[in-house]
Amino acid sequence: MVSLGLIVAGGIYLSSHIPKHVSLTAPVILLVLSALLMATNMVSLARVKEFDWPRFFSVARWSLLAYLIIAALIEYAFLQNHVRGGTLVILTLSLVVFAVHVPTLIGFTVARYVNSDQMDAGPAHP
Amino acid sequence: MVPEFTIVPVPGLVIAVVVLVLIVIAIAVNKVWPLMFLHVVGGAGWTIVDLFVGLLVGPIIGRLPLQSRIDFVTRFMPKMVVLMPILVATTLAAGWQLASNLGFTFTGTPQHPWLVASFIVVGVMSVLALGLLEPANIAVLIELKKPRPNGMVIERLMKRFVYCAGVLGIMQVATFVIMTKLGSM
Repeated sequence: MVSLGLIVAGGIYLSSHIPKHVSLTAPVILLVLSALLMATNMVSLARVKEFDWPRFFSVARWSLLAYLIIAALIEYAFLQNHVRGGTLVILTLSLVVFAVHVPTLIGFTVARYVNSDQMDAGPAHP
Repeated sequence: MVPEFTIVPVPGLVIAVVVLVLIVIAIAVNKVWPLMFLHVVGGAGWTIVDLFVGLLVGPIIGRLPLQSRIDFVTRFMPKMVVLMPILVATTLAAGWQLASNLGFTFTGTPQHPWLVASFIVVGVMSVLALGLLEPANIAVLIELKKPRPNGMVIERLMKRFVYCAGVLGIMQVATFVIMTKLGSM
């Protein structure tokens, strides 16, 4: 969630300055922090014992397709508005992080409950 | 007992693809009316769903017995899986292009501070919707697809969905203020 918040903050900062020239320092810092946080999350996830990776990927890959399409649409809108150079690179990388991040969250939320019938949750629903 | 349902309804996907094609065309043509149409229709749909689900339907779902909740969720949530992302994408893409077309993205214009305010409100709503609401929505549906769904997991995820929808509904009031202000300038 924090990683997603950072990438969205960077996107808002850049979008609010386009089409003027904008310093890329703050968006680059936000992008790097977001990517690092996401990578840390993925490493932590990989260390979880008995994590249901098949279920994670079965959900995440379709979500990835959906969010890649949405990210491509946003990228297309930026290109149509003649966003170029460093700003375009940062926005594109931010969209890549966004498109990977949301499916990861969805896949994780589904996979963490995959063995819920074995959880101590009282009687299962019929 | 869980009724038969599909997590992602295929007819909904067809409509979503048609809407996506319309957005691409509207952005390429860059005329005010198609962009305004898609932005207003998408935004109205998004706002109404958030307000209705967050402030009216959500609290009602929270008080229903588990079986009634399951009956409702299996009919309602698959539609939300397709509807919300496409409504949000339509509103944001058409809105951005419209703002560029009308010159609101230039920092000197009186509309620009309101535009930035709308970016911030939408940004916060996106993080909540994409980070909490959408995963909970899909996880509930997948839980309900199991031979023995866990009532506690459904309860926990639904609580997250209902609270999150409530916050989004309240935040949509800020969108009303910003958009009516922009429209009247």
